[in-house]
Parts: sequence; structure tokens; C-alpha cells
Amino acid sequence: MSTQQILGRETFDDRGFFARLSWFDWLWAAALLVGSVYASYHFAPWMDRYEHGILYLTWASTVAIGWMWKPARAFTIAVAVVSLFAVMRYPDLAAAESDFFLNYLFSSQAAIMWMCALFLAATPVYFAGLLLRSEFLNKLGTALTWLASGAGLVGLLVRWWESYLMGPDIGRIPVTNLYEVFVLFAFTTGLIYLYYEYRYQTRAMGGFVGLIISASIGFLLWYHFAQGAYEIDPLIPALQSWWMKIHVPTNFVAYGAFAIAAMIGVAYLIQARNPEGWARRGLPSAEVMDDLMYKNIALGFAFFTLATILGALWAAEAWGGYWSWDPKETWSLITWLNYAAWLHLRFTKGWRGTPMAWWAVAGLFVVTFTFLGVNIFLSGLHSYGEL
Amino acid sequence: MNLAITLLVAVAIASVIGTVLHQNEPYQDYLIKFGPFWFEVYERLALYDVYSAPWFLFMLAFLVVSTSVCLTRHTPVMWKEMTRFRDHQQERSLRAFSHKREWFVAMSPDEAAAAADATLRRNGYRTRHKSKPEARLVSAMRGTSNRLGYIFTHLAIVVICVGGLIDGNLLMQWKYWTGDLVVETRNIPVSQIDDSSKLPPRQTAFRGNVTIPEQGRASVVFLQLGEGYVVQELPFRIEVEDFRIEHYDTGEPRSYESDLVLHDPELDEPIRQTIRVNEPLIHNGHAIYQASFGDGGSRLGLRAWPLDGGDPEGLETRVNEELEIDGARGARRVEITGFEVFNIHPEPEATDRRQVRNVGPSFTFLLRRPTGEALEYENYMLPVEMDGGRYFLSGVRRSAAEEFRYLYIPADPDGGLDRFMALLQQLRQPDGVAAASDRALDGIGVEDPQVRGRIAAEAHDMVDTLLESGFDAVMAEQQARAEERGGQAPERLMDFYRLVIERTLWEGYAQVLRDEGIDPGEPAEEDLVFYRDAISAMTALADYDAPVFLELTDYDHRQATGLQIARAPGQNIVYFGSLLLTIGLLLLFYVSHRRAWCLIRPEGGGTRVLLAGNSQRDPLGFAKAFDSLGAELDHRLGGDGQPPADTNGERS
Ligand code: HEM
Repeated sequence: MSTQQILGRETFDDRGFFARLSWFDWLWAAALLVGSVYASYHFAPWMDRYEHGILYLTWASTVAIGWMWKPARAFTIAVAVVSLFAVMRYPDLAAAESDFFLNYLFSSQAAIMWMCALFLAATPVYFAGLLLRSEFLNKLGTALTWLASGAGLVGLLVRWWESYLMGPDIGRIPVTNLYEVFVLFAFTTGLIYLYYEYRYQTRAMGGFVGLIISASIGFLLWYHFAQGAYEIDPLIPALQSWWMKIHVPTNFVAYGAFAIAAMIGVAYLIQARNPEGWARRGLPSAEVMDDLMYKNIALGFAFFTLATILGALWAAEAWGGYWSWDPKETWSLITWLNYAAWLHLRFTKGWRGTPMAWWAVAGLFVVTFTFLGVNIFLSGLHSYGEL
Repeated sequence: MNLAITLLVAVAIASVIGTVLHQNEPYQDYLIKFGPFWFEVYERLALYDVYSAPWFLFMLAFLVVSTSVCLTRHTPVMWKEMTRFRDHQQERSLRAFSHKREWFVAMSPDEAAAAADATLRRNGYRTRHKSKPEARLVSAMRGTSNRLGYIFTHLAIVVICVGGLIDGNLLMQWKYWTGDLVVETRNIPVSQIDDSSKLPPRQTAFRGNVTIPEQGRASVVFLQLGEGYVVQELPFRIEVEDFRIEHYDTGEPRSYESDLVLHDPELDEPIRQTIRVNEPLIHNGHAIYQASFGDGGSRLGLRAWPLDGGDPEGLETRVNEELEIDGARGARRVEITGFEVFNIHPEPEATDRRQVRNVGPSFTFLLRRPTGEALEYENYMLPVEMDGGRYFLSGVRRSAAEEFRYLYIPADPDGGLDRFMALLQQLRQPDGVAAASDRALDGIGVEDPQVRGRIAAEAHDMVDTLLESGFDAVMAEQQARAEERGGQAPERLMDFYRLVIERTLWEGYAQVLRDEGIDPGEPAEEDLVFYRDAISAMTALADYDAPVFLELTDYDHRQATGLQIARAPGQNIVYFGSLLLTIGLLLLFYVSHRRAWCLIRPEGGGTRVLLAGNSQRDPLGFAKAFDSLGAELDHRLGGDGQPPADTNGERS
């Protein structure tokens, strides 16, 4: 498939970016703003000024994303409506068992289970779509991925509320232990994937990305059932900080992007064995996959850099030094240097294709170790979320 | 360039070492772990503190130098890329571009040039016009800040590393390597530490810890170095007025904070501030963090019950202090090592992690023999309820690596130790045992005075053995005796001895009950339970291996706050570098440097327009952008939406 087929022929529209926005774009942004202002008044007793700042920053970035990527608007509306509905039916923790909607759909545990099921379903559907060349199955894969990502996000939002129901001093953003960040990983990866699916107009990579999400779901389910990890535990003092709210999600955008890059690497390597055959099935050209791989590594690298910097700023405040060579920090550096080397090979030595795909796959192992291995095998200041 | 990539990978691999090998542990531990040979090898390689190892710092320095060289070499090139229009393009070379589009229009060259200019500018290009008699060339470029991105990111690496090196405390490391600075490994008061292990107040970087009890003060911090520490003097004094800690229901700390007063001779008024985790106090470049907490020397009131049956003695001591006790069963040094006000344990039948209870204060101590060996003990102040009974718990272990094994002493109905100790005393005293065995023999019905005398002596031995060596030793002793004398029926003799000792013990207990004014003839259920538990505790005394039982009677809790004090003059440099890095990466990744040219040549009655362009870094993105550029120019050249006069220029 040539690039022009993918990208389509542009027709000329000389209005500027803002002029091209529809009334719906503006209405949506305004509604989100109203919601944010309401939240910032309503929850003021639990927020400091940084947290207000983070709230409005989140609003602004959500609007920016929605204006560039239109499907994100409907997604935010759906997630907001469902989460509000759940929260309104949730006066105390006991409601999670007595209320039908909470019990089966929207309590954090139910929603997270739905996320798991939907992601697990999306992967084979995408693959079937690719192998059978069925547009219907491909679209179904996309729909399942949207639903799964929404369920995951709703799950975490409702869990946020649940943590406050457990006790006002226990309440905190649910990105503080391995269980929660696995949920975060699954749906951020899903959303980043959906963005590229939309941008590049190809659903052929869905199954590959689905594999890595499914793997993380597998871990999540094991962790849930074997270890009872879904319990909400109080936070140790070092983690009680607004830095948490930006450091962790930033990191997970990076992890998600690196994971997608690796899975595109896998698709690339598979395709390289039989380019014509796969091209007929609708797998994008090597050139497009290579570009996608780069785009994801660049996105990951930018966010990873930012997350590491934010982590250093936080460490300076919590531990008395911006860099302590703690195992998690050190492995972040290793990950970062690894991708820096990848980028250099691409841009200064002009490497492309198979070796870079292999390297992207190998990079995921380094990332996984940083994300998971450090917590399991090494000890250090980042001691939360031990298995 | 190969060098740069090699270095990136090499630093990454070297960094792994320090995450696999625990850093900065006591050298003793490494010695045990690796054995003398490898210990020595690793020490030579400085693997116990890799990140300050000379070879590691050298690698980092090399990376900085090579990045700087790279930067100086490339910056002029990048600058040219940013500022120069390539306005010498020939038509031939433009036609060789893969992105091009061509028109033949009826407008004048001037009009076409204006249309091209407007199109390019509206798409964010800067343009330059160059006219030659036969043609004019509009050269354009956009996204030149992408090249700035290269400069920013690489400059940022250099800046961050320089800031990091400033904060790396190289001066101290240097003094250590050259032997100017001697590390102290003993745990002694600051006043006794030699000046060769002290550093005067200074303006450079350091990071150290100090523990200060409530109402205490300090003007030094301890910096970890090599196998010990050195003392860093501070230009001010810190006083801790109060330390507070709050807990969750599960007993884990929820928050802790210290009220500090900072006295600096340069200040008119001392600074008063409360610090907590994530909220440090910053003064004159020093940042003071709430890092940990511990005991600051709580006063403990103790009652020492000799386990040989003497009367208890009241003692006063403090955590981290020592005292000598000199009992009949040997002298010991008591070293009080810790004290906890709360101990949150899971409920015995808990189904949920949140079902917990507070079992009250406890303290830990070592009992050291004159020979130097010590056992570690953990005693709870209040009796703990278990399986319906209430017990004083005392744990004992040989080293910190072991779990405590607990002695369960039953509490008497008043919740005290008196009844147990009274029983112990009965059984320890020859008179007491004699009286008890006497009554026991009455009960069994032995009358012959000679036999009675012999059995009484044996009963006494057995009780002694029980207390000294435990139940198994008594059984072994009985067996030996029975075999020696028993003839054909040692089993029957053993049964008899067992009966004697059981009755003797019971009679000892009966006396204790009588002394309390209770009739042992009709013991209450709880008294029987107590008896059973007391005897099993006594048989465990042999393993408990202590001359005294230390009961905690009262305490004044005094906490200590653990502060980390750091000076990092390079911090702002590092932050600036980080900002540069972030901006640089955004420019590199999300601004793409593009060039376009529009060649306009009069031909016949009209004008031929050739648009071409390229982007080195983002070919796919450019393909799309060029399409829309072409569409827009097409629109402008066609004028008012009319189709272009000639479309012989095919898109390639
Ligand atoms: C810790 C050290 C370094 C880091 C983290 C680093 C990072 C980066 C990054 C992130 C890029 C961007 C890749 C892209 O455009 O997507 C880059 C590009 C580049 N780096 Fe480095 N770099 C380092 C050291 C060096 C050194 C030592 C050299 C010189 C030998 C060098 C030469 C280059 C060159 C020539 C480019 C390509 C610029 C371009 O044309 O876009 N880098 N570097």
C-alpha cells in the first residue's frame, strides 16, 4: 500500500486551526472546563494549589488531544458520564455489592474485569480481521479496544472515589501500586494505539499491540486472584505528594509507546519473511511500519525523559536529592540510554529495517525490567508495589 | 559517532552493576557474601560504591567530552542549515526530487510568484526570492528550530553532567582516595571522633544524615563513605522541639513531622519551621529533609525478676544505654536497643488485612555475657490475649537473621507476673521443693522414711533439671535412673517418677495458691489453666537462657527524628539542563525541518510553475504536507476555484 493511498489526497482548506473547529469542539471543551471548575471547588478541601494546577493542565491537554484527534471527544464524554453515574450510586463501600450496576459493571473491580475481558477479546478479533481480511472484524476490534480502554479508565476513576470511601485519609489517586499501574498501562497503551490507528488509517497492527496488552492483563489477573492485589492500602508518607499525579502517568505514556514500538517491531519482523503475502493481507508497508516504530519510540522517549525529570524533581523534595542511583532510577537511565542509542543509529548512521526492529523488541525487555523487574528483584527507595 | 553509541551502551551496562550488587553496605557483609578473595577484587574495582568509582566517573567524563566535541563540530553545520536558503537549485536538480508538482498557467510570473509566496508563507515557510533573467526561484524552509533541537539536547547532556559532577562531592572522594580523610567505622560520640574524619563547614555539595532526639540539637551530619562515615560540620545548629507521628489503623505510619528551630549565627532570629516528608526546610543552600524516625532515648522503668527465684529489683534505664546485672546465675550486660509504643498485630482469626489490634508497648535488648556473646530479647509490656488466656510474651533469638522464638508466661488473675514468679521461687528454693515433695509423697502414700528421703532428693534433682535443662532432660534422667535400678520393670518405675515430679510440682503450686489465700483443694478452672501454662513456660526457661526476666513497668517516650541534610549547588544547573533537554527533544521530534522551492519560468504566453520539496527527517509526514501544499498552490494558481489552465504536471 503506498503512502498516498494511506494518507489520502488533501483538499485545500485555508482556514486556520481554530477556525476549523466545529461548534461541538467548543461546546465539548467548555463542558469539560465546567466539570473541572466544579471539581476544583467541590474537592477543594482535598487539594493543594499544585493539584488545582494539575487539574487544569489535565483539562488543557485533554482539549488539545480531543481537537486533534476527534474520537477522543466522545470517549471523554462517555467516560465522564459513566463514572459520574457510578459515583452517584456509591454512597459507601457496601453499595458495591448491593447495587446492581456497581456490582456487575461500574465498581472499580467490575469495570477492571470488563477491561480485561474486552482487551482479551479484541486481540483475537483483530488477528482474525487481519487473516480473513474482514473489515467488519477489524472494526469490531477497534470498538472492543475503545470499550476496554474506557472500562479501564472508568475503573481507575471509580477506584479513586472508593479510596476516599475507605477513609478520607486513605484516599489517593489510584496510580500507586503495581495493580493500579497495570490497569493504567493497559488502557494507556490501548489509547495510544487507537490514536495511531486513526492517524495511519490501518487496523492491521491491532492484534500485535493486543498481544502485549493481553500479556499485561494476564499478569493483572494473576495478581488479582492469586495475591488479592486489588485491595486498597494506605499510602506511605513519601508517596503522599502531588508529584505522584504527574510523574506516574507520564511514565506510563512512555511505557505504552515503547511497548507499541516493540510490537510493531514484531510485526515488521514477521512481515519481512513474506512481504508480498502480508501486504495482501493489509499489513502496512515496511516503510510505514518503520515510521510508526520511530514515532512511538520518539513519543516514548520524550515522555520518558519528562517522567524521569519529574521523578528527579520529586526525589529532590522527598528524599533530599534529585539522583540517588536507586535501582529504579538507574534502570530508568539504562532504558533511556538504550533508546538514545536507538535514535542515534537511526539518525546518524541511517540504520533502518530489521536490526532496528530487533532492537525495539529488545528495548521492551529493558523497559519491562525497569517497570517490573526492579520491583520484584531489586530493592530500593521505590519500594512500593513489591510482589 | 560510533564512539557516542558505544559510550551510551557502555554507561548503560556499567550502571547495571550497582543495581545488582547492593551498594554501600557494611564491608563485613560483603566479606561474608563473597569470601576474602572476591571481596578484595571487588573492593579494588570499587564495586561497593560503583557510582563514585574512578573508572565510572571517567566513563561519564568521557561521554561529556565526546558530546561537547560533537556539539562543537556540528553546531556550525546546524546553524547553516537553519539560516541558509538553498537558493542555487537548478531546475534539473528540482526535477530529480521525489516530491514535485508542475503547472502551466495563464498568469504572469509575478502573479505566480506571489501565489507561491503566499502559499508557502501560510504554511509556515520563510521564503526568499531570487530572480534571474530566464526564471525566478522562490526558496523556502520551515521548522528550522528542529536543528536547534539538536543543539539543545546535546548541550543539555553536557550541562546536566556538569551539574551532577558538581554535586557528586568529588573533593571529598578525592581526599578519601589520597588518604587525607580517614573514615570512622566505630559507633562513638562526635566529640571522640578524630579531626582527620571531620570536614569543616563548606559551600560545596554533600548529603548526609543525622538522628536528633526530641529537645536535642546537632550541628553535624554523617556522610557515608567507604566502609564507614565521616562527619560534616554545619554552619548552623538544629534543635528539635518536637516530633510527631500519626498512624493508620493498620499501624503503618501515615505521616511524621518535626518542629525544628535553626540557629544560625548569621541570623538575628532563629528560624522555626515544621518539616514533613515531601516538605523540607531550605536555608542558605542547605535543604533539611524529614527522612526517618527512631527512638531518642526513652526512659524505661524495669523490674528485673531473677529467674533463680530471688526478689525483683527496680531499675531505670534509657534506650541505647547499658547496665550491668549481677545475679546468682551469672553477670550480664543489658543493652537496651529499642522501644515501641504500639505494636499492631493481625487479629488471631483475621480474615482481612485490616483486622488488627494493638498489643501495646514493647522493648528490645541484648543480654551480653562477659565473654562477649549476646542474645537478643523482645519483651511486651502488657499481657497479650491468646486462645482465651493472657500471656507475657518475650522473644529470644541468637541473631537478627533469625525469627524470635517466644516464651509465653501466663499472667495471674491480677494481670501480673507475681504468681508465676512465686511458683518459680517455690521450686528454686530447696526448702520449698522439699516441702512440696513431702506433701506429694504423703499424697502418693509412701511411708518408709528412708525411701521418702531418697525420693525427695530425686524429686529435687528432677525439678532442678526441669528448670535448668527442660522437660526432655528430665525424661532422659528418669529413663537412666529407672534402667539403673529398675530391674525387670523400668516402665513402672518411670511412671512412678513421673507421678512424683507431677505431684511435687503441683504441691509447689498449691503452696503458692495457699499463700494467696486460695484453697488448692478445689482449684478454679482458670487456676488449673494457669498451672498448665506456667509449667510449660518453666520447661522452656532452659532455652530462654537468661538470668532475669525484665518486666517493663513504666516509660517516658522520647522520639528522635532522622534528618537528611544536603547541599546541592549543582541542582539548578541540572534543572536548567533538564529544561533544555525537554525543549530540545520536542523540537527534534515534533518540528520537522522542511524545504521547498518554486521555480517560475515564463513560457510562451503563460508561466510554468514547478514546486518541489524535501524533508530529510520525516519523509512520510512530508509526503502528506507536500500534498496539501500542492493543493493549496493549485487553488491559488487556478484562481477562484477555476481549474488550472494546464495540468500537464503530473504528481509523481
Ligand atoms: C548522553 C549522550 C547523548 C544523548 C542522550 C543524545 C541524544 C540524542 C537524541 C535524543 C537525538 C535525537 C535523535 C532524533 O533526532 O530523533 C540525538 C541526535 C544526534 N546526536 Fe546525540 N546524544 C548524545 C551524545 C551524542 C554524541 C556524543 C554525539 C556526537 C558524536 C551525538 C551526535 C548526534 C547527532 C549527529 C544527532 C543527529 C542530529 C540530527 O541530525 O537530527 N550525540 N542525540
